[in-house]
Amino acid sequence: MSISRFRARGVLRAVSHSAPPPFQAFLDENRDVVWRYLVSTVGAGEAEDCFQETFISALRAYPRLRADSNLRAWVLTIAHRKAIDAHRGRARRALPLAEIDALDARVANGPQGGEGELWRAVGELPPRQRSAVALRFIADLAHRDIAHAIGCSEEAARRSLHEGLAKLRAQVAA
Amino acid sequence: MRSPAREAIERELRLGAVPSPARSEQAAAAAERLVERIAADGLADIAYATLDSPLGELHAAVTRRGLVRIGFAEEGSDELAQELAQRLSARIVRAPRMLDPVRRELEEYFAGSRTRFELELDWTLIGPFARLVLARTAAIPYGSHSSYGEIAAQAGSPRGARAAGNALGSNPIPIVIPCHRVLHSGGGLGGYGGGLERKRWLLELEGALQ
Repeated sequence: MSISRFRARGVLRAVSHSAPPPFQAFLDENRDVVWRYLVSTVGAGEAEDCFQETFISALRAYPRLRADSNLRAWVLTIAHRKAIDAHRGRARRALPLAEIDALDARVANGPQGGEGELWRAVGELPPRQRSAVALRFIADLAHRDIAHAIGCSEEAARRSLHEGLAKLRAQVAA
Repeated sequence: MRSPAREAIERELRLGAVPSPARSEQAAAAAERLVERIAADGLADIAYATLDSPLGELHAAVTRRGLVRIGFAEEGSDELAQELAQRLSARIVRAPRMLDPVRRELEEYFAGSRTRFELELDWTLIGPFARLVLARTAAIPYGSHSSYGEIAAQAGSPRGARAAGNALGSNPIPIVIPCHRVLHSGGGLGGYGGGLERKRWLLELEGALQ
């Protein structure tokens, strides 16, 4: 029986790990966590655009990935950058106050990435603390991967997370 | 040191971060819109989908060049995507609309109203010798059949019928490249990657078994 026959049956899959998994499998596996991360950081209104841009960027870079990469940490790093871009874009566009109010009202309408009061408070944290909290509790990333996603030292990531949690505690106590 | 208050907060964050069905539905819908955009903008290298047929589910994949792969139900669509990711490109998405022309021609074929396929084919998965064999095979008209020996001779094969049989067995685009039209010279059905029952069914559909 020829090699190609074996290949066609996927037998060689076990010994060949040169390529990342099919993009579709990667998308199916990570769409939930990316969506929830984005809703918790940029709000429901902008999550859709950021989601599309995150995965389009991932698709472009995809063939250069190593098969053993931590794909979840990688795609959340991209999502984090898109979220930052969205914040900057929003600041640059300098919406009239009335529109900002409308947007905030819409965003505040439902619970955010996580559900409930506390997660609404997460949405009001400064961006880096908000990202650290969301990456820790929604995406379940280790400190090292949070640091990589945010683009800071592990120590700084730990600090952002700690400060974010302290702020939440104060808010809940108030 | 963690205070009890901080632990309570962390616990609540974890509870609140459990995926809700509503969020999962939104994410699935967003992913579907994403894949449509990827397909429409030509950003993926391969699109695949599962089609219904009288032979059971068929998994089909197209590249920019054309139809590259058809798999029978037993192979599974995840396995097929995995195989194509390894052999061609990992930029592969499930985009049923991209398979519309393939679906249409197959439906017409199974309804008996189409006797030749006009789909563009991508021969990338087919090696040089198999290409000679399968090109000859593609030329066997609807409703007739040939033998392994004849195909081998036409392909100029010094290796004979067995080599031709192996090449046919590795056909990545069955049905459309009609390897089911190649039989044993003694009149036996020979082999078929999708099982002899399917081979017989196809030959009967074409009126080639009398």
